[in-house]
Amino acid sequence: MTTTRTLGAGELLVGVENVSKSFPGAAGDELRVLDDINLELRAGEIVALLGRSGSGKSTLLRTIAGLIAPTSGTVRYRGTVLNGANPGTAMVFQSFALMPWLTVQDNVELGLAARGVPPTQRRDQALAAIDLIGLDGFESAYPKELSGGMRQRVGFARALVLEPDLLLMDEPFSALDVLTAENLRTELMSLWAGERFPTKAICIVTHNIEEAVLLADRVVVLGANPGHIRAEVPVALARPRDRHAPTFATLVDQLYDILTGREPDLQVPEPTEATPTARPLPPASVGGLAGLVEIIYARGGRVDLPDIAADLNFEIDDLLPLVDAAAMLDLLLVTGADLTLTPTGKAFTTANIQTSKQIFAEQARHRAPLVRTICRALAASADGNLRAGFFLDLLRRGFSTDDAQQQLDTAIDWGRYAELFDYDTDTDQITADPGAGLHHGKVA
Amino acid sequence: MTMLRTFPTRGALARPARGAADVVVFLGAAALLWLVVRLAHGAAVPWNPATAPASISTDPALLPYYAARSLLRMFVALVLSVLFTFVYATAAARLRRTEKVLLPMLDILQSVPILGFLSVTITGFIALFPGSELGLECASIFAIFTSQAWNMTFAFYQSLISQPRDLDEASRLMRLSRWQRFWRVDVPGGMIPLVWNGMMSFGGGWFFLTASEALSVNNHQYALPGIGAYVATATADGELSKVLLAIGVMIVMVVGVNVLFWRPLTAWAERFRIEYSESAEAPRSLTLNLLRRSRIPAALGTVFGRLVFPVDRAMAPFGLAEHPLRTDPVRRRAGDVVFSVAILLLIAYGLVRMVGFIEETAGFGEVGHALFLGLVTFARVVVLVAVATVVWVPVGVWIGLNPRVSRLAQPVVQVLASFPANFLFPLITAVLLATGISLNWGGILLMSLGAQWYILFNVIAGASAIPNDLREAAANLRLPRALWWRRLVLPAIFSSYVTGGITAAGGAWNASIVAEIVSYHGVTLTATGLGAYISQATSTGNAGHILIGVAVMSLYVVGLNRLFWRRLYALAERRYSLT
Repeated sequence: MTTTRTLGAGELLVGVENVSKSFPGAAGDELRVLDDINLELRAGEIVALLGRSGSGKSTLLRTIAGLIAPTSGTVRYRGTVLNGANPGTAMVFQSFALMPWLTVQDNVELGLAARGVPPTQRRDQALAAIDLIGLDGFESAYPKELSGGMRQRVGFARALVLEPDLLLMDEPFSALDVLTAENLRTELMSLWAGERFPTKAICIVTHNIEEAVLLADRVVVLGANPGHIRAEVPVALARPRDRHAPTFATLVDQLYDILTGREPDLQVPEPTEATPTARPLPPASVGGLAGLVEIIYARGGRVDLPDIAADLNFEIDDLLPLVDAAAMLDLLLVTGADLTLTPTGKAFTTANIQTSKQIFAEQARHRAPLVRTICRALAASADGNLRAGFFLDLLRRGFSTDDAQQQLDTAIDWGRYAELFDYDTDTDQITADPGAGLHHGKVA
Repeated sequence: MTMLRTFPTRGALARPARGAADVVVFLGAAALLWLVVRLAHGAAVPWNPATAPASISTDPALLPYYAARSLLRMFVALVLSVLFTFVYATAAARLRRTEKVLLPMLDILQSVPILGFLSVTITGFIALFPGSELGLECASIFAIFTSQAWNMTFAFYQSLISQPRDLDEASRLMRLSRWQRFWRVDVPGGMIPLVWNGMMSFGGGWFFLTASEALSVNNHQYALPGIGAYVATATADGELSKVLLAIGVMIVMVVGVNVLFWRPLTAWAERFRIEYSESAEAPRSLTLNLLRRSRIPAALGTVFGRLVFPVDRAMAPFGLAEHPLRTDPVRRRAGDVVFSVAILLLIAYGLVRMVGFIEETAGFGEVGHALFLGLVTFARVVVLVAVATVVWVPVGVWIGLNPRVSRLAQPVVQVLASFPANFLFPLITAVLLATGISLNWGGILLMSLGAQWYILFNVIAGASAIPNDLREAAANLRLPRALWWRRLVLPAIFSSYVTGGITAAGGAWNASIVAEIVSYHGVTLTATGLGAYISQATSTGNAGHILIGVAVMSLYVVGLNRLFWRRLYALAERRYSLT
């Protein structure tokens, strides 16, 4: 059993063929989230879908689950094209998704009730699953009485009791604290190694690189805009895996490299040239950005990305936007998994607050495409005033409504800090800051 | 933790109390059953419109019976409202096409004055059950139903469409059947808004119950055995002491229903809270504690629990709560077109018929007249809301900021809000008659008797929700009184105030139908206004005027909501929300 698992040559459970997914955009166009994905999930393997936010990994998991329909392409379960929730899967959710009004046991029994299993048999099966996952004694508790870790155990029991061919997990450990997550991961792996584990394969979505290497036989790295498969990295380490083994660290570094590195076949324009839609602003606050630069400076101007992520206990989804933003503003340089402070970055973090603001303003004004666009539009306007809705309309051509709003919010945050322009919520007006010298019209 | 805490109550210590609880619960249930059977019997007495009594006996000994009959009407209407809510809200939330029709319709239904419904439908109901009092009974129940159903339906619909996405996905992946999905996910998820809105609407329902028990329709006086008719008859006879007696009984009834029914229900509904954390101030109820201590509910649970599985299986043919991933876009589009054309044709046909009807009966000059009268009533509503704001906002803030006072005042205000104001009309009318004040002004007071409490109630809630750290910060900054109001209190209570204002204004429009024309001991006072217009049209059976009056009033309410209240609401959400 274990040998076939590690070889990954089991029967084909789910086949994802040329799947693309688009959502209708706010301006009537199509926003592509997934682009031509091909993926096979076989019995006996654990596959991790790794990617940053916006890479469509959750969307991909939900097309596999049959919860959302692909715009083109097909998803097959054992050869049959899905037209509804995938009957061979069960899902463990990041937010647990337990019915708060049902006890632990009723929650676990719910899926069996849906299958029409008679009550006595249902109870026996549920108790067995509760026993397997270590929830003995909590049968009559309500989810709100449990800690996060215990709740997620209920989530696992509810999925496993159905004995699905394929267990889907959507960032199942990311809502838990570090110790609880580690504990649950280890237990899951020892169950998987044992004979009693009732599913044939697992597909897990994660943005935690170490978690992917720890759990998976195969890591599928997804790239963003639109979501596509960038790389498939097999993990041939023996279980149980040791985080401190050199081979483990090599794999982690390799995955960081893939995630932060530029894709060779993708043309990304320089920030000084790009349009706001071609180079979106990373969703980073000025405070977080400045904090990161400060830490790198304090550590001698050069750090290893996996190290700093582990030290700060940051998920890559939290850290990478900061790194991207700092790189966009030329405050630091990213080479593989290494971060190096640039001279501008050093000046930025060592200067006093006014000078550091000026440096930030200079960088943002030239290197952050959306900030640059806003500054130019304000300069060209009659009185240094423009409606924010105007920029939102422009952004909607390339982003969904929420993303467009987030882009604008980030730009306003940066622009306000840099004292380039200000924004008035009540009137929805963006106004050039008189001190920035953007506008030489009637405003003094 | 919790398991340890509940351990002693399940042990031997609690046993003796349990037996007593069982007896109380059992006796209570038996008495309730007898009462329902006895009262239901009374509703089917032979009856015909020509000889029907215009009044009922005002023997005080009959008052408990009348009160019980009224109460039964309230609960029948509540059950109907819940059923309506389930069907209508589910259809609106789950069927893509019907949503486009059902939602706007609900929006309009909500702004039609409730007594307007009664005017339009009562003759139909009487015709439906010839020779039986049931027709009148149904009309009365329908009036209460219309005062409860729309709110509850909106609340349940909201909970359905804002269901957490992960719960929806989990239910679909587990392949729950439609039946299972409804009872295990949809209803529990919407339980809290359903119960709270049910409770508030039930309070409002008393008003319409009492208004609908004694009516003059088509030049005929009707009276149903009930506490509202009792007050109406006592008023006509000029017996103020009997009116006061009925007010006392009414207070007992409102408080009793609250203690025995709504408090336990709201406390019980806490278990359906979606958030994983306990709310800080969960409602508690002695009645619920008694029920929980008794073995009878658990025993009933076991008996009915056995039925769940067979019923699940029987309902399986309704299909899975799932929609196909792939649909044929051409067929879908064609279906949409056919559906919208059918709906538009229906609306056009209805409009043509209505215009024709008005032209034949009242003529369009009447619409202008009604619009003018509407303006007069509108002025009353404005004065009422303004005065109530000036009076009750400071009081509400004071109560809300003093936890001890608000603990005492909250239930009192709740009773005041659900106490039918029309019971107090005779007292005020007697004063108006004695002092010679015109009803044109006195009407404002009558309308405000029921409506103003919503403002107070919501301001208290808003003020007590002001975060303590903000208050401490204000104290620390030594804000002077004027600044404290302008920068802290008024912004913080703004959104609760708007909610109260909308409800108060809606209530005032509704009340105008009974408040702009009142009589006491044979003397009738009439004010100029749209409410009096509708009321007169109903009593003379002038269908054209009823239609125009009700339509114009709905127009005013919808228009004001859209142009004024919704904008305030949006402003409150955008600028003054505390979260």
